[in-house]
Amino acid sequence: MTNAILQIDNVSRVFPGVRGGAPVRALEPTSLRVEQNDFITILGPSGCGKSTLLRIVAGLDRPSGGRVLLNGREIKGPGADRGMVFQSYTLFPWLTIAENIAYGLREKGVPKSERRDIVASYTEKVGLRGFENHYPKQLSGGMQQRTAIARALANDPAILLLDEPFGALDNQTRGLMQELLLGIWERERKTVLFVTHDIEEAIFLASRVIVMTARPGRIKADISVELPHPRHYTMKTTPEFSSLKAQLTEEIRHEAIEADVAR
Amino acid sequence: MPRPLEPVGQSTRITLGISFFILFFAAWAFATLGGFVSRTFLADPITMMQDGWLLLTRFGFLGDIGVTVWRVVGGFILAAIIAVPIGILMGAYKSFEAFLEPFVSFARYLPASAFVPLLILWAGIGEMQKLLVIFIGSVFQIILMVAVAVGNTRRDLVEAAYTLGSKDQGVVKRVLIPANAPEIAEILRLVLGWAWTYVIVAELIGSSSGIGHMIIDSQALLATGQMIFGIIIIGIIGLISDFLFKALNRSLFPWRLA
Repeated sequence: MTNAILQIDNVSRVFPGVRGGAPVRALEPTSLRVEQNDFITILGPSGCGKSTLLRIVAGLDRPSGGRVLLNGREIKGPGADRGMVFQSYTLFPWLTIAENIAYGLREKGVPKSERRDIVASYTEKVGLRGFENHYPKQLSGGMQQRTAIARALANDPAILLLDEPFGALDNQTRGLMQELLLGIWERERKTVLFVTHDIEEAIFLASRVIVMTARPGRIKADISVELPHPRHYTMKTTPEFSSLKAQLTEEIRHEAIEADVAR
Repeated sequence: MPRPLEPVGQSTRITLGISFFILFFAAWAFATLGGFVSRTFLADPITMMQDGWLLLTRFGFLGDIGVTVWRVVGGFILAAIIAVPIGILMGAYKSFEAFLEPFVSFARYLPASAFVPLLILWAGIGEMQKLLVIFIGSVFQIILMVAVAVGNTRRDLVEAAYTLGSKDQGVVKRVLIPANAPEIAEILRLVLGWAWTYVIVAELIGSSSGIGHMIIDSQALLATGQMIFGIIIIGIIGLISDFLFKALNRSLFPWRLA
């Protein structure tokens, strides 16, 4: 427990009521420690505050209480040390794929030749060679999200945050993207925080699954996934995987029902 | 029968577009040459073309056209240089918007043409006065429209830029401006069209050159052919400038069409 890279201390978030309504408690005080090289998936039904938690870590939202420490320093706002991949396609449409990947490096003032090398290596890693000079509009959703991952990684962030990045993709593409991301993680050992509502995705990717409950949003379970690496998609049909899936389905089903009733 | 929203081919589109022009001229020729409308009030197309030819060859109308174009372009560029940066700042910084928006919204409704007498008083009847009419007519429109466009920038793009290490200024320079550049160009194209109406108004009063001046001169002579020729020339120039603007936008922002 000594080398926690990210420490979430009693972070809560209350959204003010809309039009005189009661304030919404999106996130109850929540604590979480993320170790170096962890791949943590945060699993929960919609409205459980998992995205809110991730946005607070990214610095895009402010906690109503508590604090987040990255390498011991309190997070005050967004920064290049936390790379983020969004569910919506957020590539800059006026930049080519290569320019998109180079965006963070340019902001940092990395010299051009070095920039080119880094961009080339990440284009390769996400399998987009030959598409460097395309505009995002010319690429499929899966390719755009691969670029978004490359763009975030090119910045060499201390932690990679992903907010349902494959949520808008079809099932087949989603499976391929999971393997791609996992492959990169296995090779580079990044620290990853990944939000999803997909149980299979949560297990397949994670070294730890955090299950969250809805209304009020808080952490319900913290389950470590001991499946061996490298993982292959065939793993999704093994008994170990299935029993984990059954366990998590049970956890989350209860929550989904409660959330639905509360709504 | 065409179905709703069904696309139409390129050649059909051009044929249809031209055929309305032909129809329009045919109806006009029928009404005037057929004797249904008095020649005093409306010249026929042939007289109009003859008058136009005379204007161009004998009365130096090309010079008038040049003067008018220069006034529109001059006043418009002046307005754009000032309005676009203000609009971008208003769109980006909400306090700046709160500061200026009410005034600009009010000023936008001040009719540029109503300023003509005042501007003659202030700036005389020289070129400055013509430029100012166009400037006043364009500047507030551009400011407001640019501010709205920039204010509507996709939030997730801005957030992505922040998580990639952009600072506030970087977000303005490398997200808000490029993201809205095509729309700003489109706004300029639109307002340039309006600037043409202001210039004619400015030239109708206290002017000794320009298309508007020619039109008011022709009125005294009841030369409806010349007046209509002047109006049509304005339309043609508008069409050309619109075309050029669109072509320029296409080449400047290939990513939009990609």
